Amino acid sequence: MTQPLIQYEDVHKSFDDVEVLKGINLEVDPGEKISLIGPSGSGKTTIIRMLMTLEKPTSGLIKVDGTPLWHKEVNGKLVEADEKHLRKVRGDIGMVFQHFNLFPHMTILKNCTSAPINVQGVDKKVAEERAVEMLEKVGLGNKLDAYPAQLSGGQQQRVAIARSVVMRPKVMLFDEVTSALDPETVGEVLEVIRDIAKEGEMAMILVTHEMEFARDIADRIVFLESGKIAEEGKPLDILENPNSERLKTFLQRFRSNF
Amino acid sequence: MRWDWSTVIEVFPLIFDAMWTTLGLTIACFSTAMIVGAIWTALKRIKFKPFNWFISFVLEFIRSTPPLVQLYFLFFAWPMIPYIGVTLDPFTVAVMGLGVHFSTYISEIYRSGIEGVPKGQLEAATALNFSTRQKWTKIILPQAIPPIIPMLGNYLIIMFKEIPLTIVVGVAGMLTVAEVYGVNNFEYLEPYTIVAFFFLAMSYPSSLLIQWLEKKMNRRFVNKPDKKGKGVTAT
Repeated sequence: MTQPLIQYEDVHKSFDDVEVLKGINLEVDPGEKISLIGPSGSGKTTIIRMLMTLEKPTSGLIKVDGTPLWHKEVNGKLVEADEKHLRKVRGDIGMVFQHFNLFPHMTILKNCTSAPINVQGVDKKVAEERAVEMLEKVGLGNKLDAYPAQLSGGQQQRVAIARSVVMRPKVMLFDEVTSALDPETVGEVLEVIRDIAKEGEMAMILVTHEMEFARDIADRIVFLESGKIAEEGKPLDILENPNSERLKTFLQRFRSNF
Repeated sequence: MRWDWSTVIEVFPLIFDAMWTTLGLTIACFSTAMIVGAIWTALKRIKFKPFNWFISFVLEFIRSTPPLVQLYFLFFAWPMIPYIGVTLDPFTVAVMGLGVHFSTYISEIYRSGIEGVPKGQLEAATALNFSTRQKWTKIILPQAIPPIIPMLGNYLIIMFKEIPLTIVVGVAGMLTVAEVYGVNNFEYLEPYTIVAFFFLAMSYPSSLLIQWLEKKMNRRFVNKPDKKGKGVTAT
């Protein structure tokens, strides 16, 4: 058995008095693709935001490659991690956001080279070669010198994906990456994610409302309901033969909506 | 009283020379205000509540006290306080007084610039594992500074027009020179008119320049993503 890449051990998260995650246990293997589905407010996004260190868990452990993310060991005891520790562990994780969050003051190329050069210390030339290659792959090789504001939403999101991939993370997190897009550009973004998924090396956790896409791309689908994992399994089992009533209702609502 | 061109010819060079003092003072005061303002902004970001209240109180105190009173205090009252009292020369008092007074406003401008950077930008910077320092130098400041340049320019002009206050501590600016000339020659009309003319001649073009800058900065952000970071589609 290989060691799981990501482990959530009884993770809880509360915002003020509201508990949004009530004990999450989840493991992701290296290279595994997971889709998180569930009604809005069920805590899907919070799960991946905690892994990206954007939200701090209230209790429980998250491990990356066996190393606790939010804690570090001092004299055999786990204590709260500092920024230095977070930075070290976070290097294996990448994220694509719902609203792209490209840097508006940098060109497309610079958006994709700034972090490799400044964070990872990659040589500028090498970083640019990699970025150009990746941008060509997502179909934006001709936009290197454009600024984000000059691109459509779909194009911006493809740049955001490229920006994250050039960092070569072990796991990529996708936070509803198509929900802010015009319907006609959703397809091009999903296509890019599919291509990256096919290469297989990176693990992926996708929070999505695109059921068809979730089924195609995922090795496993995890269904969340009010802060707990209600059901998980192979995509076909989950989507075609849901066990619980809750999942059935959720899927039905989805089908009738779309 | 009649307008006398020979007085104008006599007093104009004196005021012209004093203009350099006024300009130099403006630059010194404004630089001080920009630096001290940055320090206030940094101190205000410390999350420890009692400290935060203390800084807010100090800022409110400085902002709510007339700069004229502050100048008088620094020049005449402070030297008389035992132990901490120091006698300062007029120029230093002027720079400290007006510089610190305006730093409280400049600090607010900085804050608005920083808060104007969408939260998503910081999250993306975290996701790309930028260090805290890099987040500031590469992501926050490059986006926070351009939009506040016109606001800073406005305060530069406002401050420039407050410089004559330093007459009370005896800095030899344009107004001081005009005043001295007036007292000695019983001619007030021409000197003060010339001073007003100088202020107008410098303030007005500056404000035009700022209007132009403002338009340029706005255009720069025409397609800027909104607060949530959602891009406006350009196609």
